[in-house]
Amino acid sequence: MTTFATEFQQKSGQYTTDRGFRAFIQKGLSGYYKKRDENKARFQSWQGARDHAAEIKYEAINNLDRHLEEFAEKIEARGAKVFWAPSAFEARDYILSVARENRVRSIIKSKTMTGEEIHLNDALQNEGYGVFESDLGEYIVQLRKEPPFHLVFPAMHLTRKQISDLFQKELGSMPTDEPEKLTMIARGVMRRKYCEADMGISGANFAVAETGMISITENEGNARLTTSLPRIHVAIVGIEKVLPRLEDLALFLPMLATAGAGQSMTCYNTMYGGPRQPGEPDGPEQMHVVLLDNRRTWLLADAEQRDALGCIRCGACLNVCPVFKNVGGYSYGTTYQGPIGSVITPHLRGLQEWKHLSAASSLCGACTEACPVKIDLHHHLLQNRRNAIRIKSVPVEKVAFTVFSLLMGHPWLYRLAVILGRIFQPLHPLVEDTILDPLRAWTCSRAFPRVAPSSFREQWKKERGEKSA
Amino acid sequence: MRISLFVPCFIDQIYPQVAWSVVRVFEELGHYVEFPDGQSCCGQPAFNSGYWDEARATARVALSAFRDSEVVVGPSGSCVAMIKVFYPQLFAGDPQELEARELAAKTHEFSSFLVNTLGVTDVGATFKGKVTFHDGCHGLRELGVKREPRALLAKVRGIELLEMAEAETCCGFGGAFAVKFPSISSAMDEVKCASIHETGAEVVVSNDSSCLMQIRGMLEKQKSRVRSLHLAEILASGLSRPFIR
Repeated sequence: MTTFATEFQQKSGQYTTDRGFRAFIQKGLSGYYKKRDENKARFQSWQGARDHAAEIKYEAINNLDRHLEEFAEKIEARGAKVFWAPSAFEARDYILSVARENRVRSIIKSKTMTGEEIHLNDALQNEGYGVFESDLGEYIVQLRKEPPFHLVFPAMHLTRKQISDLFQKELGSMPTDEPEKLTMIARGVMRRKYCEADMGISGANFAVAETGMISITENEGNARLTTSLPRIHVAIVGIEKVLPRLEDLALFLPMLATAGAGQSMTCYNTMYGGPRQPGEPDGPEQMHVVLLDNRRTWLLADAEQRDALGCIRCGACLNVCPVFKNVGGYSYGTTYQGPIGSVITPHLRGLQEWKHLSAASSLCGACTEACPVKIDLHHHLLQNRRNAIRIKSVPVEKVAFTVFSLLMGHPWLYRLAVILGRIFQPLHPLVEDTILDPLRAWTCSRAFPRVAPSSFREQWKKERGEKSA
Repeated sequence: MRISLFVPCFIDQIYPQVAWSVVRVFEELGHYVEFPDGQSCCGQPAFNSGYWDEARATARVALSAFRDSEVVVGPSGSCVAMIKVFYPQLFAGDPQELEARELAAKTHEFSSFLVNTLGVTDVGATFKGKVTFHDGCHGLRELGVKREPRALLAKVRGIELLEMAEAETCCGFGGAFAVKFPSISSAMDEVKCASIHETGAEVVVSNDSSCLMQIRGMLEKQKSRVRSLHLAEILASGLSRPFIR
């Protein structure tokens, strides 16, 4: 077992034994379900909207090269610099060089999962830059020196008390239980940081090819300040974020808000099409767009799973996933948690190292049902399992399934196995609940079913033998 | 109609009474039931674990066993989904692809076959008690079976259906997943069992025995008084005509 797989087993084991924590996560999501359903009902047809969104994304991803070039050309025409980053290394390197060349001292960030993906904060801090997250949830986990717990709700695992204690310790604030007051404490700190920062780093929710603009949706207004107050704006954009037309946002903005946060629309929806233009009184002097590949093109090359690039990072699949709800975001050890993370991480970071996430699913399909762009998530988990075996099978499993297919293909072998099973079953109670129990993985929490004295086929043969012949 | 019974391997070995209940219901409705002898497992354990070659070898047994069948009906959404949804994928590009597609087309999940093919909702059953229904994920999301079992239960005399909040939430079985990740699987099972208990039902019913194996396993460990029964067992209860096995 690889270290990542072992870590997953350990962490998920810990989280699942914590009933209080599981109940807390479940309770946190119950408000989301209600709001999500209310807002889904406001669509003329949610299913129709999903179909349409999937079609648009299909078109976008299948013509990715063309759309990206159009996007880059148009945003460059307004003075933005576009950097095509093949990997995380080049992306970090470029952002560092921009910071160096412009003698940047302080950096403010708004929420960006691609930033997490390329471990940008570590790289910037190692070079001595002060980096501040301005999204409230991100700021909280940054203070705790933790990664985001959930790709949309980074601090959903924390209680108000924990946050109050954290602020008290780190910021010297007074303890409070009111979300408004907690927000004001963070805001007080943040406002100063905005004014000090000379570089603002954001992600992007969409990149519109037709107009050469990026679209950012948010609820706190922090992304607007991050992108407009400092003299340099850097946007990190995964190449899959592209949408062909401006009008596509009319569907995708409410859809993202509904699926992601149970809102009809997020509070702030902003388009960015370049740095300050001649004659404009404000805005950044420079805008840099880092178009990040980082093995997304590997996923693009996989015709079977290419639709996973359609992901709009709404997190809807996490919110309905019974595995996520019971193991939480930190068990995964990935930037992208939950079903979408289990699907794409093997592509982005190596199949053999991350195949265990595809195995860690009951394949219930709740994710696929929830996905607003209709990514065939749970079937992709099956494909990852198959692909992993094709390259390197697990010896014990290989033997087991070879025996299995022999048993099932030869009735006399099958009967023999059944006879053996009936001989050994009565002996099972002798070892049950001990470490000698070969079925311990099942019997640790569940009673083992008893094999019937005679099988249906035996009974049928005995009672209906002549009739069926 | 001549109905070929597809009895998944674990129902054959552990829950033969479920298969008999299916026979009972169809015969009550005047159909001819046969049990093609050559059948074994659908191959799902190997398929779900990524061993598609081994799964295909097993699936070929099913293709030949049901070759002459008119319709094939099975009392497990999961195993039926394997044939109906995944065989065509498993055999894509294989010389037997057409045969796999033919079998997929004529194979049906028990409750869906009763309601959608036979047009029956009232089989004449009587069952006294409060029940809650668990939607097996494969039946629900691969086959789209949701309304059918409820339509059938609604016509059972004396029954009271109490819907649980987590009816559509996975029980955590998932085949090999249940033993590869026992802690996650058990946590999911706990959520399911808690939701069952919340309803106050005496019996948890499903159209999938594999889920019930998982749920019953935990209910037994919890020493719960809630029993589990397959939908077919409920529908075979209190039928008027004597059943001659």
